[in-house]
Amino acid sequence: MGAKVVTITSGKGGVGKTTATANLAAALAAMELKVVCIDADIGLRNLDLILGLENRIVYDLVDAVEGRARLRQAMIRDKRFPNLYLIPAAQTRDKTAVSPSDMIRLCDELRPDHDWILIDSPAGIERGFRNAVAPADRVLIVTNPEVSAVRDADRIIGLVEAEEKGPAQLILNRLNPEMARRGEMLSPNDVIELLAIELIGIVPEDEHIVVAGNRGAPIALDEKSRAGQAFRNIARRLNGEKVPFMDLERRDGFIGRLSNILGRGG
Amino acid sequence: MAPRVEIKGIREGLLVTVGEGEWGEIERSLIEQVQRRSAFIQGARLTLDVGQHELHPTEMGALVESLTRFGVSVHAVLSKSLVTETSAQGLGLGTRISQSAAKAPVRLAPVPERQGESLFLRKTLRSGVKIEFAGDVTVIGEVNPGAEIVASGSVVIWGRLRGVVHAGAEGDGEAVVCALGMTPTQLRIAGQVSIPAGRSGKVQPEIARLTGGQVIIETWEAK
Repeated sequence: MGAKVVTITSGKGGVGKTTATANLAAALAAMELKVVCIDADIGLRNLDLILGLENRIVYDLVDAVEGRARLRQAMIRDKRFPNLYLIPAAQTRDKTAVSPSDMIRLCDELRPDHDWILIDSPAGIERGFRNAVAPADRVLIVTNPEVSAVRDADRIIGLVEAEEKGPAQLILNRLNPEMARRGEMLSPNDVIELLAIELIGIVPEDEHIVVAGNRGAPIALDEKSRAGQAFRNIARRLNGEKVPFMDLERRDGFIGRLSNILGRGG
Repeated sequence: MAPRVEIKGIREGLLVTVGEGEWGEIERSLIEQVQRRSAFIQGARLTLDVGQHELHPTEMGALVESLTRFGVSVHAVLSKSLVTETSAQGLGLGTRISQSAAKAPVRLAPVPERQGESLFLRKTLRSGVKIEFAGDVTVIGEVNPGAEIVASGSVVIWGRLRGVVHAGAEGDGEAVVCALGMTPTQLRIAGQVSIPAGRSGKVQPEIARLTGGQVIIETWEAK
């Protein structure tokens, strides 16, 4: 019983942790599951923007931890789903305002009333990362098909293993299938061969994500978007469903072409 | 005299055994050892055998926290004291490891023709891990880019080498580096540095050694 705590992390900044958190939260909420997401990026909060909830913030994570607000008061209800909540980060403090044991306590308090607790980890490997990972039951590593992002993901996987939070699962974000096919970008196969962890989803590059983020409307709620579809699939896999990987080559649309892409890369 | 703190490798990671004495001093001595040998210990799973010492949750919490700062995660605490066991359980730490595991050290018996230590690692070394060892190192697993092995002896990798290896780090020009897939970021043997050209084609077992002051990489073939 109780919620599963999933931490979304990456090491490198800018690979799409916050976008992934917001979209998985929205997709899980759309499946009528009770979801809380926690922005652990204290001092550089963003998740509220991506979810379009910035103007509703009164209390935040640090207020709840330091007792200035009850946990309930720091939970912002989403405007689209009554079963989705956000606990925003404090913007005027830094990572040391919260400790790993605070995060464990907070999540334990949330567990009984929810199905999923998603934690958006800050970039880096310091205190903020340790805060985000401490309460995790599962860890999702977000990376891009770029050498630098994959290198940092490898480091993070090692740290997650050391914290005994493994095995982590991988979200390969912002893949351009056409470039990967031409060998101009790391292919999913290259990335998985090096990182040697289970892949939970590939999200194709999609400029609509930028637009959606600016509007505060997660792309996972856009039925027509392929990136949105990818996030919805990841949410279903997280929830235990077996969902085949999407065909990322649009030209002839049958599922299973992914294996061809995998085979050709590398 | 400083209290005794002993660190040795076991199958589960590292076993730290502390001796008798005042806890504050032991803690200082332990932290100091961890700091001094950080390259060897970093990222390790640590089992702590505190013997008779009676540790309350705050003391144990403080120790775990300071060890975490040095990149060491405490996995279990062994103790003869019930109070200590309860504190450990309160922090979500184990209080048992199997006896056979405790007695199976990671270090292998010395190789006959070379009297020295040997380190055997059965795991993939990911980016950010640095292994420093006075002796030979064997890895069953991959050595990923960003990982580094520095050994005074030879290094054998049953897996793909993509990181940095320095064999013969104290000047032994006889040291060799072997890997099932030899695509290192950089290879050093004794004082020689070699930056292998980017290679494509078949990945095959190879051995690198110093020949005429140069690092030469040869294909290993079964006779």
